[in-house]
Amino acid sequence: MTATTLPDAPRQHRRRRIRPARVVLHTFLVTTALAWFFPILWALINSFRDYDHTAVHGYLSLGGFTLDNYARAWNEGELPTYFWNSVVITVPAVLLTLFLSSCAAFVLSNHSRRFNLTMLAVFLAANLLPAQALLVPLFRLYTSIPLPYWISESGSLYDSHIGIVLIHTAFQIGFCTFVLSNFMKAMPSSLLEAARVDGASVFQQYWKVVLPLCRPSLAALATLLVTWIYNDFFWALALLSSGDKLPITTALQNLQSAFFIDYNLLSAGSMIVALPTLIVFFVLQRHFVAGLTLGASKG
Amino acid sequence: MSNAPSPPRTRAPGRATSPRATARGRAGLRNSRGDRITLALMLGVPAALVVGLVWLPATVTVLLSFTRWDGIGGLDTIEWIGAQNYVDAFTIYPPFEPALRNNLVWLVVLFAVPTVLGMFLAVLLDRRMRGGALYQSVFYMPVVLSLALVGFIWQLVYSRDQGLLNAFLAVVADAPPVDWFGDSDINLYAVLVAASWRHTGYIMLLYLAGLKAVDPSLREAAAIDGAGPVRTFTQVVFPALLPINLVVLVVTVIDALRAFDIVWIINRGRNGLELISALVTSNVIGEASRVGFGSALAVIMLLISLVFITVYVSTMLRKAYR
Repeated sequence: MTATTLPDAPRQHRRRRIRPARVVLHTFLVTTALAWFFPILWALINSFRDYDHTAVHGYLSLGGFTLDNYARAWNEGELPTYFWNSVVITVPAVLLTLFLSSCAAFVLSNHSRRFNLTMLAVFLAANLLPAQALLVPLFRLYTSIPLPYWISESGSLYDSHIGIVLIHTAFQIGFCTFVLSNFMKAMPSSLLEAARVDGASVFQQYWKVVLPLCRPSLAALATLLVTWIYNDFFWALALLSSGDKLPITTALQNLQSAFFIDYNLLSAGSMIVALPTLIVFFVLQRHFVAGLTLGASKG
Repeated sequence: MSNAPSPPRTRAPGRATSPRATARGRAGLRNSRGDRITLALMLGVPAALVVGLVWLPATVTVLLSFTRWDGIGGLDTIEWIGAQNYVDAFTIYPPFEPALRNNLVWLVVLFAVPTVLGMFLAVLLDRRMRGGALYQSVFYMPVVLSLALVGFIWQLVYSRDQGLLNAFLAVVADAPPVDWFGDSDINLYAVLVAASWRHTGYIMLLYLAGLKAVDPSLREAAAIDGAGPVRTFTQVVFPALLPINLVVLVVTVIDALRAFDIVWIINRGRNGLELISALVTSNVIGEASRVGFGSALAVIMLLISLVFITVYVSTMLRKAYR
């Protein structure tokens, strides 16, 4: 609907008639799209319905709409605590990942080709290893690294939010370094030369010249990282033991038993948990798509 | 909502300077001693994290897989038993075979349904059309949800007593209720419907990005030669998508191998939902805590994934350095 300038656009306009193929196409797409949207819609509808009503009339009925489930899920499921844990894990992990990977990418993009390739291979491959394959040694490592009590109540890296932040960072650095180093390699080298002539230190060149130019990539990666790390289920399950430290995605399991039979309450809980990622979906869609396809598309 | 260009487009100027000239031109980066320390730290800290928290544990897992250990006692209680764990896994561990089979079914279904459907949707949506953006959004909406949450949402459809599907079947066909997530004959497929629901949008996005990168003149040439849309796709566009096909292949294999959250949230990967990832987890953090044995299972995962990771990394790096 925007005024795009495709070379063949006028041709298409001239012969715009309703063709059978087009009808079939749109029928197929509408049907599939409705089917795709349905599970979320179903959860959404039921989250607003009173359990006593659906228990009597069944789910294929109308009526009994209420906001109660949300209030109850929020309070009885102790969602604020879990949400806060997710924030405490996600925000530092995303910032740390972006900082460290942009540092590494900066160094690598200014280095010789062979060294660069080797390091990128080491970084990128780490991103795809199955998490379970690291579990035992990591568990041992975490329990044996002491942390002062004011940082971690458990006295070690195990069962601490810092531990979760670190493993997320270590895992995600690879992909981000790869994407950012591609981006940085494309920058004209005259930029850095100019900065050097002005007497800028290496860190200043990175912080003041290169990093600001990476903003679009950083935005896309940040969006992606927020979704990934917020959605993580496994690491919190494996490396946290106190229930009150769990992030919300992992705490879902507790909610399941807390809301045992009441599926409407469960729907409300699910919707609340999905909300941050759905906000990402609606508000930052462009960045999210850009991020997902950054690694896969050209460059 | 910045309007900055996306990275691929800004690649052009970088390619103008040859790599060697760039390296020489930037050698000045390493002049002062302070700068050298800064550079070492900037690369060293992230590298140490990746090596220390990912590669080192992975290596230790391989070593542990040849031992017997409860994971609690000191390191001196580790007992070297050679390949016994692997032999045990294949011979006297009943859940292993179903897990291997389920992972394979998972992989085949992911390829057969969401990958094909995702590609098909991408081809349909890779043009200007009314509502195109809306369709795309709907299809990839599940991608932002965690697999654990996907399991939750589908529980509302699949629940035996309160689920939509049984209610619907009872009204339409007067069918008796089915325990979709509980019946070990069908629960894997029920779960796979949910997993495919999420995977399709991801594949569609990857192919949409890939299709945009296909040189339009290829299609024009095919059209001039009189090829119809189907032949243009199978003989011209699809071969040009080779890199993206490799990425999709790897992403799908790795996803099938790493699938975990959804079965764990349903029943901890038992009773028809055995997956290698879940077996490793329950052997290691479960009651039994058979570390050596769990590690052997993990190494099997590791080996399969390394094959595809190699494909992926070499594809990506070759593309980046073309």
